[in-house]
Amino acid sequence: MAFRQFGPAAAITAALAFATPAHAVTEIQWWHAMTGGNNDIVNKLAEEFNASQSDYKVVPSYKGSYPDTMNAGIAAFRAGNAPHIMQVFEVGTATMMSATGAIKPVYQLMKDAGEPFDPKAYLPTITGYYSTSKGDMLSFPFNSSSTVMWINKDELKKAGVTEIPKTWPEVFEAAKKLKAAGHATCGFSNAWASWVHIEQFSAWHNVPIGTKANGLDGFDTELKFNSPLHVKHLQNLVDLQKDKTYDYGGRTSTNEARFGSGECAIFLTSSGYYATAKGTAKFDFTSAPMPYYPDVAGAPQNSIIGGASLWVMGGKKPEEYKGVAKFFTFLSDTNRQAKLHQESGYLPITKAAYEKSIKDGFYEKNPTLQTPLKELTNKEPTENSRGLRFGNMVQMRDLWSEEIEAALAGKKSAKEALDAAVSRGNAVLRTFEKTAK
Amino acid sequence: MEKSTVFNNRLLPYLLLLPQLVITVVFFYWPASQAIWQSFLREDAFGLVSEFVGLENYQALFAQPEYYRSMLTTVIFSTLVAALSLSIALLFATQADKNLKAAPAYKTLMIWPYAVAPAVAGVLWFFMFQPSLGMLARPLRGMGLDWNPLLNENHAMMLVVMASVWKQISYNFLFFLAGLQSIPKSVIEAGAIDGARPVRRFWTIIFPLLSPTTFFLLVVNVVYVFFDTFGIIDAVTGGGPAGATTTMVYKVYADGRLGGDLGGSAAQSVVLMVIVIALTAIQFRYVERKVQY
Repeated sequence: MAFRQFGPAAAITAALAFATPAHAVTEIQWWHAMTGGNNDIVNKLAEEFNASQSDYKVVPSYKGSYPDTMNAGIAAFRAGNAPHIMQVFEVGTATMMSATGAIKPVYQLMKDAGEPFDPKAYLPTITGYYSTSKGDMLSFPFNSSSTVMWINKDELKKAGVTEIPKTWPEVFEAAKKLKAAGHATCGFSNAWASWVHIEQFSAWHNVPIGTKANGLDGFDTELKFNSPLHVKHLQNLVDLQKDKTYDYGGRTSTNEARFGSGECAIFLTSSGYYATAKGTAKFDFTSAPMPYYPDVAGAPQNSIIGGASLWVMGGKKPEEYKGVAKFFTFLSDTNRQAKLHQESGYLPITKAAYEKSIKDGFYEKNPTLQTPLKELTNKEPTENSRGLRFGNMVQMRDLWSEEIEAALAGKKSAKEALDAAVSRGNAVLRTFEKTAK
Repeated sequence: MEKSTVFNNRLLPYLLLLPQLVITVVFFYWPASQAIWQSFLREDAFGLVSEFVGLENYQALFAQPEYYRSMLTTVIFSTLVAALSLSIALLFATQADKNLKAAPAYKTLMIWPYAVAPAVAGVLWFFMFQPSLGMLARPLRGMGLDWNPLLNENHAMMLVVMASVWKQISYNFLFFLAGLQSIPKSVIEAGAIDGARPVRRFWTIIFPLLSPTTFFLLVVNVVYVFFDTFGIIDAVTGGGPAGATTTMVYKVYADGRLGGDLGGSAAQSVVLMVIVIALTAIQFRYVERKVQY
């Protein structure tokens, strides 16, 4: 009985669903992980796009944190109803890339849809992260950032540090002065431990994180970040941790507030922290490039990006793909990109948008927002600084951080910790390699 | 004049059992069998490639020193949480059972924390004890204690234990209170007349009569610490520092959901399931003998 009623009911529901729009509007689902002000930006972009034409409707939906969004997308794919566009954080890149068939590469999408698309128009340090070794762009960069060193200028002045430190030894000296001047619990600190001290550190010093161009050229990569330079750096941190000249700030961004509260006057974290710093810091602050060891030849090289990109899921209708392609063209527009960058603090993804922001004189008023761009474009990227692509990177970051913590807590020597991080990481890579084929 | 109804329908008993059976099959046997099957597979996150690998996931699991460490962590964590939440709840319940004016308000306040979701409880404790900003961490630091759950393993463990205990006390409190109220007053009064002091009355009369409740709560609490605490751990420490608060269930979550290693994660949940089944069996076989119904 129940089944007999279900038929007509479903038919009526379906009829209602299809009958409402005056003509067929193709809906494009966009799943993202943006909160607060960034969420508003996402919604505004969708609104503007929907108002600019009448064939497609982009529907953004917030799906929780980055891992949550990715898991929701994966689960939806397994259930056969993936969204068209899914925002995935940079460490999920390898997982998405290896999922041939589950995704539609962006360069393919643009070609099929006949949309004008020149990969050279985009900033190479950003797109390199999301492209194959041949340069084919797989996903569309959306919000990109890089690691910068946030500086509390007022406190530095009080402590008698006249110049913003450029090298690691200078940072250590400045931190000692800060500590002597009353910052007893924190000379300097950072968020995102493994991102800052392993990933960015390696790229910035032009040393490999792993073989095969940090995994960009193949999944049969092996980790290399237990070099003498890495050990020396971690050892320095361990020594300074003892009296809190350096104080560990955790694996994620939860301790960024220690900069805003004034406790830590030097703090390394994402350039995307800008909006929060602007809102919370009651002192004069700025951002500076990451420090480097001056005795390393060629340092500083260039930094790599963090943030997220938009992946197009596979198995959708050509008509829907056309809409996605149009939306990406819409996002790439120079004026829109420049505006997006200047309002949100995200990096501009096209060269034209960067140049426009320079021409507008934007950075003269907002030098903090140019720091990550200067880092990213500091030099032509090498094998070690193009980006990184390791499978199961979320899990790997956690175990790298575990080992850093073990060293800082005095449970292991710096060398033992990094050796363990490398060998445990390699085991994860081998598991991934077997599933990624 | 015997009043009894005879049901001749042979199907009826099964029909009455059916709803419960369906729920058990759908929500327990089905997922459990899925987990067992998945533990023999190696799959990518999207389920595009799936390969039968036999016991390889288990071999890889038992080759990890971190796995044994998480077992030890689980033992420490669950013993602390179960012991503390049971004993503190019992203390509170005996106090609430007295004839107090404010007893209803007191009881309500005690029950509130149970309505807080584990992750929220975790965030709450995380903020109170955040080393530089937490309202409880600052006095600690002010007293000269170098409170640092980000690097100090004991501090991190203390924090997750406190949060998990706090969350569970309400539940235990409710059952203990109900248990206490069902003990006949006459028995206790008889003890009092015989000259037994309150402490002696508690241990020789109340505590034994409460043993069915205590036993039930022991089983429930063990299941709680084994399965339901990963939300708290995730919010408070993320399993750190250096894996010091990575319990077995948190590792299942971290490797499977965050790491995308579904086969390995499934193998871990199967091991965990076997352990909890064994523990429950032991409890029923040995501990229950001491229970006086």
